[in-house]
Amino acid sequence: MVGKITASRVVFNVINYIVLGILAIACLYPFWYIFIYSLSDPVQARSGVTFWFKGFSLSNFEKVIQLNGIGMSLFISVARTVIGTVASVFACSFMGYLFSKNQMPCRKFLYRMLVITMYVSGGLIPTYLTISAYHLTNTFWVYILPGVVSAYNIILVKTFVEQLPGSLEESAILDGAGFFTIYSRIILPLSKPIVATIATFTAVGQWNSYMDNYLYVNESSLNTLQYLLYKFLNSTQELTKLLQQGDTSAIHQMGTASQTLTPIGVRMTITVITVIPIFLVYPFMQKYFAKGIMLGAVKG
Amino acid sequence: MQRAASHKHKEKKDYRLLLWVLPFMVFVLLFNYVPLFGWSIAFFQYQPGSMLSADTFVGLKYFQQFFTDTIDMWRVIKNTLIFACLNLLITPLPVVFAIMLNEVRHRSYAKFVQSITTFPNFISWVIVYSLAFSLFSTDGVINTILMNLGIIDRATNVLSDADAVYWFQMCLNIWKSLGWNSIVYLAAISGISQELYEAAAVDGAGRFRQILHITVPGIAETFVVLLLLSIGNFFSVGFDQYFIFQNPVTLKNLEVLDLYVYRLGLVNQSYSYSTAIGMVKSVISLVMIFGANQLAKKIRGSAII
Repeated sequence: MVGKITASRVVFNVINYIVLGILAIACLYPFWYIFIYSLSDPVQARSGVTFWFKGFSLSNFEKVIQLNGIGMSLFISVARTVIGTVASVFACSFMGYLFSKNQMPCRKFLYRMLVITMYVSGGLIPTYLTISAYHLTNTFWVYILPGVVSAYNIILVKTFVEQLPGSLEESAILDGAGFFTIYSRIILPLSKPIVATIATFTAVGQWNSYMDNYLYVNESSLNTLQYLLYKFLNSTQELTKLLQQGDTSAIHQMGTASQTLTPIGVRMTITVITVIPIFLVYPFMQKYFAKGIMLGAVKG
Repeated sequence: MQRAASHKHKEKKDYRLLLWVLPFMVFVLLFNYVPLFGWSIAFFQYQPGSMLSADTFVGLKYFQQFFTDTIDMWRVIKNTLIFACLNLLITPLPVVFAIMLNEVRHRSYAKFVQSITTFPNFISWVIVYSLAFSLFSTDGVINTILMNLGIIDRATNVLSDADAVYWFQMCLNIWKSLGWNSIVYLAAISGISQELYEAAAVDGAGRFRQILHITVPGIAETFVVLLLLSIGNFFSVGFDQYFIFQNPVTLKNLEVLDLYVYRLGLVNQSYSYSTAIGMVKSVISLVMIFGANQLAKKIRGSAII
């Protein structure tokens, strides 16, 4: 990096730093905005929040948590994330290991069968009819079972396990250990980086999921937080429409009826609640996602 | 390779492996292969809830309908093509962004920018919509600021502006994916030998020439591979983004093929027609993926899938 400090170089650097800074702010500000809005005093916030808190109050959070269905949906979202991730990571890591073994009969056939699923899917209606035929609609399991086996994750694990030294397994095989024992005692601990990668990605996918809820579940006790937010967003749209038509009284009534809780406040507070978990696991993910991408690039 | 130790076992098949893997393959069968049989309803006048044997066989009727339906179909295909082309148009942006990040001397600043710009990739489109709504709706913060500054005197809502759909959705797409898509290029850049840069500097090449003659060629292959992959997914512009952002005003410009399949099927209950369109799309996508793969084989001598 030997570089003469020329004028053009300085100009380039300054512009470069500024453009990157603007991009970072553009990505950060929306999150900052809903964060300060939801933590501002609900009454003062109505006159508009821009860059800093207006008063500070946890009342939005206290009230939103008490809203009908929020607590339950939070529980469902956490449950599907935990159960879905554990089930999928177990299935994909174990299968990844099994498919790395040449001794498996029909290995090529089964592996191809798996890989094809990445490129061909039945599509919306056939999948919908299939799920209905299995009577999975309106059950918690519709969030878990269809996503247990992921071909992409299996490929990632298989690629990783294949570059582990085979000698590590040898002594265990001589001791007469079965494949499951070898997987759980030797392979799984050694595959920590890749297992962590697929675990975080699966968890984020589960947490963010709302479409399965929308399509297959009517039972309100099984609603997820993401879906509830989607629903609230659409009903506030109705409110905004009312406002645009000049009928402001509806908004006012809503505001006074629930004291300080405004539709906007509810929306932003739930958004903050849904973003926080991702924000918390994000530093952990950052450690692994570059690795995940690189491994994905050499799949096969 | 390193598994030479297990070489002697190689020939001997072990059926225990099959016993372990088959229960998991049942999931693949149930959730990935059984739905494929559902394609058969595209050839019948399927009534929801009925047995297929009781439905009238209509042959290719729905496929013909697809190619002759001039009103909705062409609008939807036009929208899909526009979004697909816009997606293609923005593919160089992550490359530019990666190069810009790489030029930052203060590594902590680069890391900071990278961390923040990658984050939006991990939030759902529901959240993106919520954020966009907070920012851009009539009483959103952008309108408030612009009105306070006196730049505009009447609030406008870009979310329900049919003319703004294409570029607005493109911007959202960039916002969500720019940082994430640049990671692979940053990795490619870090793989370029420092000696090349030093040699170029000795020859008197400035920073711009170094970028042009070393960095850009160094990541060109990665770019081409990803471009080919994206061609395979050309028509799959996504569903979530458009599903979430649709409203009665913007639908005419926002409705892409996948959204249309959804609306026909689950809203209008035309199960058979919806399935037929889905099938046509799947087949075209498959052909394009394998076409792209063949092209990759020709260009770089190895397949990408």
